[in-house]
Amino acid sequence: MKTVIARRLIALIPMLLGITFMATMLMHLAPGDFLDQVRMQRDADPEYIERLEREFGLDNPWYVQYFLWLKNVVPWDLRSDFGYSFHYKVDVWELLGQRLPATILLSVTSLAFAWVIAIPLGVLAAIYKDSIFDRISSILAYAALSIPEFFLALLALFFAARTGLFPLGGFTSTEFEFMSPVRRFFDVAHHLILPTIVVGIGSIASIMRIMRANFIDNIRSEYVTTARAKGVPEGIVMFRHVFRNAINPLITAAGFAFSSIVSGALMVEIVMNYPGIGHMIFHAILQQDQFVVLGALVMSSTMLILGNLLADIALAWNDPRIRYD
Amino acid sequence: MERPLGLAVLILLGCFYLVALFADFISPYTPPDQSLQKTYHPPTALFWENGRLHVQRYELADPDDMVYRKIEGEGAPVRFFARGHDYRLMGLIPTDRHLFLVDEPDRIYLLGSDETGRDNFSRLLYGARISLSIGLVGIAIIMVFGFLAGGLAGYFGGIWDNLTMRFIELVMAVPGLYLLLVLRGTFPDELSPGQTFFLIVIILSFLAWGGTARIIRGMTLSLRNRQFVMAAEVLGQSPLKIVGKHILPNVFSYLVVAASLSIPAFILGEAALSFLGLGIQEPSASWGLMLSQAQDMKVFMLNFWWLLLPGAAIFVTVIAFNVLGDVFRDIVDPKQKFLNR
Repeated sequence: MKTVIARRLIALIPMLLGITFMATMLMHLAPGDFLDQVRMQRDADPEYIERLEREFGLDNPWYVQYFLWLKNVVPWDLRSDFGYSFHYKVDVWELLGQRLPATILLSVTSLAFAWVIAIPLGVLAAIYKDSIFDRISSILAYAALSIPEFFLALLALFFAARTGLFPLGGFTSTEFEFMSPVRRFFDVAHHLILPTIVVGIGSIASIMRIMRANFIDNIRSEYVTTARAKGVPEGIVMFRHVFRNAINPLITAAGFAFSSIVSGALMVEIVMNYPGIGHMIFHAILQQDQFVVLGALVMSSTMLILGNLLADIALAWNDPRIRYD
Repeated sequence: MERPLGLAVLILLGCFYLVALFADFISPYTPPDQSLQKTYHPPTALFWENGRLHVQRYELADPDDMVYRKIEGEGAPVRFFARGHDYRLMGLIPTDRHLFLVDEPDRIYLLGSDETGRDNFSRLLYGARISLSIGLVGIAIIMVFGFLAGGLAGYFGGIWDNLTMRFIELVMAVPGLYLLLVLRGTFPDELSPGQTFFLIVIILSFLAWGGTARIIRGMTLSLRNRQFVMAAEVLGQSPLKIVGKHILPNVFSYLVVAASLSIPAFILGEAALSFLGLGIQEPSASWGLMLSQAQDMKVFMLNFWWLLLPGAAIFVTVIAFNVLGDVFRDIVDPKQKFLNR
């Protein structure tokens, strides 16, 4: 198991190199750079611009810039330097440190929300197959799968504005700094409810459909007949036998769901003004703040790949028959 | 007629396409047509009087909160097949007839107006053209590239296969919307509407072709060891001919289904980009772009719900394509060889 994890982590490296290399190339295909905005200002001192260019190596061709960036990022002395944000005027590493936890928090709560809703629904739909409940839940699943996240986010904001039950976006209240730790916790939770529901809903549908299909497959299998024949109560057959077998593919599916959640969170972060890395990369792209874009890409891809890896580990833990070697 | 749901959805989409095709005939106004005295106008009521349909006349009761009040008993008659602005029917026949109009200065707002008094109904119809066509153009591109990349990688194997598959994995390792934004950032902001449309299609195809290519590669791998392919090889046919003449007909139905399953991704991708202001630009109309107007606090607080209708339009269209894709998949592949997405 350990070697598998190590191998997967090592495989991450060429992947990230490829992604960042591609991204640097693309960003230099874009017309102009951040300094264009500085140059536009009439009173800008040419010497000042020259100094900026030299500092960030912007006078070099893009591949040289890429290797300069890479040299700084790789933690030779146990410290990564992801460059400097032209726009926010802070270290990218510091910026990521502020934004990444918010996105991870939102992704984890959304995934948990989706699972908590989808698994019981999927199980019930499978047990009461072809009933009215099954029909309705499958229609709702289609609906949840088809609604764009940003539209759902808008509806959520509309709801919040009409009822006043929830804050209109953001991560914390303005008076957050003056709150006690307990109130801080509830403040963040209060802000998190709507984004969590909005991001989670899209995944409910796919998880539910997979759960239902697996559960039905397993109900039909012979071990269920055996268990029933020897007089095991129906509830135990369903939950101890069928459930544990049916949930396996779902754990792998959680890895995929994570990918759509990270992507979906991007739109929700922008619409609901939630300060995560999706919100950050959007503004960084508008400002051509290239180090921020690269940093956000590295982080979001790493999150995705680690999410898949965690799903594989969880699968091996749940099902001892699975061996990776 | 074994699949009533599929048929119903097909009819629904057929209606949508017809409406989009005749958008300039059905809609009373052009997308940029403003009326600054009638901003945030609610949907106009219709009533029947003296044997003719009339549009209710309104007055602005409260300019701060944009409250309009009906003027009782006053209305303007709706004229059918009336003369309005010039256009070309289906891009060919020059005409100025419209399905329905009212005389200026009255305006007919079936679905309300937006912040500059443009007709929401007309803009929805014009926006439908973009959302409904982008998926079709997109899958045409994905089918060509997915087949070429997947088929050649599967047939030749070795280093080509490796390079193609690693590249697809690289593209898939980045969360889709992040890559979409980075790619869009690569191109200049100011483009003509036609250029923007094609740019969006190409970027979205770049994100979506990988899945199709993988399925085709898998099928080609198993086909290339079949006897008819080996026979063609022995006869000395060129690889391109084998891939085109022997492999393509065998994977074609899967290719169509795999590609059509990505239509919703195109519609949603365009809407998301336009919503963020990186796609179709004002004054053109697109459903995503129209929704971005609804982000205004005023819209939430004063309950201008009709500005959220483009979202409902996206929702209905995407649901229809999702259902249709699943029905096609069931027909082509009853045993569900595709991964459950």
